[in-house]
Amino acid sequence: MSDTLNSPLQPVLSVENITTEFRINGAWHPAVRDLSFSVKPNETLAIVGESGCGKSITALSVMRLISKTQGRISSGSIRLQGRDLLACSEREMEAIRGDAMSMIFQEPMTSLNPVMTIGDQIAESLRYHRGLSRRQANARALELLELVKIPSAPSRFKDYPHQFSGGMRQRVMIAMALACDPQLLLADEPTTALDVTIQVQILALLAELKERTGMAMVFITHNLGVVASIADRVAVMYGGRIIEEAPVEQLFDRPTHPYTEALLRSMPRVDRDRSELHPIPGQVPPITVRTPGCRYADRCPLRIERCIREVPPLAPVGGNPHHTARCWVRADLPVQESIAS
Amino acid sequence: MSAIAAETRLSRLGRLMWRRKAASVGAIVTLLVIVSAILAPWLAPYDPNEQNILLNLAPPSDEYLLGNDTYGRDILSRILWGGRVSLFVGVSSIAIAMIVGGLLGIIAGYVGGRTDRVIMAVMDVLLSFPSLVMGLLVVAVLGPTLTNLIIAIAFTAIAPFARIARAPTMAVKQRDFVEAGRALGFSDLRIMLVHILPNIMDEILVLASLWLATAIRTEASLSFIGLGVRPPTATWGGMIRDGFENMLDAPWLVLFPSLAILIIMVALNLLGDGLRDATDPKLRHE
Amino acid sequence: MLAYTLKRLLVAIPTLLGVLTIVFFLVRVAPGDPAIVILGENATQVAIDQLREQLGLNKPLMEQYFSFIGAIAQGDFGRSMISNQPVLTEVLRVLPYTLELTAASLIIGIVLGLPLGVIAARYRNTWIDFSIRFFSLLGLSFPAFISAILLLLAFAIELRWFPVIGEAAYADPVQRLRALILPSLNLGLIMVAYITRVTRSSMLTVISEDYIRTARAKGVPARMVIWRHTLRNALIPIVTVIGLYLGVLIGNSVLTEMVFNRPGLGKLIVIALNARDYTTLQAMLVIYAFFIVLANLITDLLYGVIDPKVRHQ
Repeated sequence: MSDTLNSPLQPVLSVENITTEFRINGAWHPAVRDLSFSVKPNETLAIVGESGCGKSITALSVMRLISKTQGRISSGSIRLQGRDLLACSEREMEAIRGDAMSMIFQEPMTSLNPVMTIGDQIAESLRYHRGLSRRQANARALELLELVKIPSAPSRFKDYPHQFSGGMRQRVMIAMALACDPQLLLADEPTTALDVTIQVQILALLAELKERTGMAMVFITHNLGVVASIADRVAVMYGGRIIEEAPVEQLFDRPTHPYTEALLRSMPRVDRDRSELHPIPGQVPPITVRTPGCRYADRCPLRIERCIREVPPLAPVGGNPHHTARCWVRADLPVQESIAS
Repeated sequence: MSAIAAETRLSRLGRLMWRRKAASVGAIVTLLVIVSAILAPWLAPYDPNEQNILLNLAPPSDEYLLGNDTYGRDILSRILWGGRVSLFVGVSSIAIAMIVGGLLGIIAGYVGGRTDRVIMAVMDVLLSFPSLVMGLLVVAVLGPTLTNLIIAIAFTAIAPFARIARAPTMAVKQRDFVEAGRALGFSDLRIMLVHILPNIMDEILVLASLWLATAIRTEASLSFIGLGVRPPTATWGGMIRDGFENMLDAPWLVLFPSLAILIIMVALNLLGDGLRDATDPKLRHE
Repeated sequence: MLAYTLKRLLVAIPTLLGVLTIVFFLVRVAPGDPAIVILGENATQVAIDQLREQLGLNKPLMEQYFSFIGAIAQGDFGRSMISNQPVLTEVLRVLPYTLELTAASLIIGIVLGLPLGVIAARYRNTWIDFSIRFFSLLGLSFPAFISAILLLLAFAIELRWFPVIGEAAYADPVQRLRALILPSLNLGLIMVAYITRVTRSSMLTVISEDYIRTARAKGVPARMVIWRHTLRNALIPIVTVIGLYLGVLIGNSVLTEMVFNRPGLGKLIVIALNARDYTTLQAMLVIYAFFIVLANLITDLLYGVIDPKVRHQ
């Protein structure tokens, strides 16, 4: 883990106050609300949350891959190295995707095109973004296969996805994503579908490649164990909002938001007995349910009346500006002062 | 997905029109055709077989709205009566194909093993014949009567029904309530009829609505070839066959029965599409 | 791929045997003695016996069946009951006309149907999609003989753009080509309707696959996502449907040849039908079924070309 917290580098990606909505039965419902975060070069930000919290939608919003017929990014800004992505045309986005930023997905079994050789699929983005000839692109694609440690890469170049195991496919996905040396890699649960031993290998590979290239990484997962091993900073999402953000050690040492606490308690750990596992009671509210206050309020043991009325802002915890939480009870918020919303 | 053009308000309206209105228009028109066929004896202004040599090939007039054919018969009355034959042949042949094919498919899917392989192999062989040519040969061999026409058309449609019934039967067979039924000692026949049949009925009915159009088209085609119900009984295909010879002098002989066939075909296809979309879980929430 | 091809070939053999069996028994259930049917009610008993002998009708049914199969296996499709010519000779004479007709309409169907289906899927739920679907529905609704008559009325009789010619004129290649246009358009446009429809729905299924999202995440241009990534995967159900509708195409070719008075298998079968020439009918049904089995074989082999998973099985 690198010390990038206080580095003067400009962020590669800065997301400010974006709201992404989906149309369900004719009405628009936000899946991501007023969300802000940024990542610096050579930094890994983990976005953690249960399924349905909006973490994947966040990544797809950054890629501008939200289906136009079903969803929209209704406000905010997304800047990649200072460039406003929400102002880009679809054509401009095509030039950026796979080049300055790329993304890898959760399902290695279905995310590769079954009728194209993996060599072609890796070479493809080199040909579109770098204008390489077929030969040059193939040569580079082969290097990439070796980079992601596919055994006997030259002989597997013309193989099809179905001839690879899940872990190998995910390596191919990584090779594809890294083809054009992106400054930003969005990894959406890249290890969730894999066996534990393969997970460890893929995580190590990603960490190594990040160090080598200096790219920024946004790593999306529901698994806090994975977070501990790969992230520099962690943002915990619930109900479409970031409810706590902190450097990884601080989050594990001093979980502040009751939801983060509960999440940590529900995580199996080697140093604790299984009987101490505590699943979080209650349900994640569906995005069609609108609440004026904190979306965790109905599951929260610390709930006060204000939690139901008003959304708490992200505020520092214990005077530390790098550790913020969205909680009326726990964060550094004056108890009586009302925040205009 | 941005590769798909953004949906505007107008096109959304169009989509709903297509989904709901189109299917309901299809249903209404189909119903009208069925009613007019049933009521043909009362609706038809003239006897469909009444010949009048003076009105030979007479163009449409106030008295004879759609004109008269080679024998001076009223075309409107013949179209109304012809609808009876087309619909009757279509509905009965599809009903037979549905029952025979559906049962074969259920048996193949339920029993499995060798029975399944034999039944499906025979279905594959049946599918190897072009259906019109098959129907043509069956009618030619058995003789062109109403019953034989129905048998011939049913024959061409058995295999698709067997195929569509088999797959869901195999799926339903694995489900708990079938296992439970077997544990309770229900007979296989009872399980097939009481537990499996209702579960696969909607898929069979959707196919039936789409194949009804095909059956009516086959009937018309066979009649046009000259293998339909014997003259002087009015059939749409037969009327076109008769009119074809006088197409240059009296195109209305061909055009009006053609229009009748087209109307029922479009209506049935709209209806079938609507039913299929409504039962397709992938499309249901769109 | 070779092993796959051989396996497909072997699978086709029982189907062909089944075809022969059904055709044989179908013709045998015909009411009435074929010899009487051919010679007429007033024929002498001697003539009838002679013909029965000649047609092999005196032998036991199973013996007839096996000699029928044996003959077909050697390429002997029997002789016409009417002209006493070998059926195969007559079939081979008119086969090119039907082949050029079906091939031309298949090409029209694919060349127009694929792009229209892709465009309809790409502009789903816009007026472009609705108009394409409307015309596709219309095409599905038209019985081939009605569309043929309307084309004939409009373009050959009213506008006189295309000739209506007799069989003799087919000797001239230019005439023959012109005579092909309307009939192949008739069959082709119906084919377009089928192919457009299946292409659209297959494209829409593939477009929501994960690997299409991957392609877009790589920055593949929208046009290439459609034509390179989506269409290739969508082709499998499209090929299946084209294979299946070959039967419809053959049936429609009979009607088209009738309306346009074109030489071909369709016309041959109608003549045989009117003459109650059962041997010719029987042979032609077998030949048609052979074509369909062949088409299924080609379809299976195309799966292997399109889908690497099939190839590696």
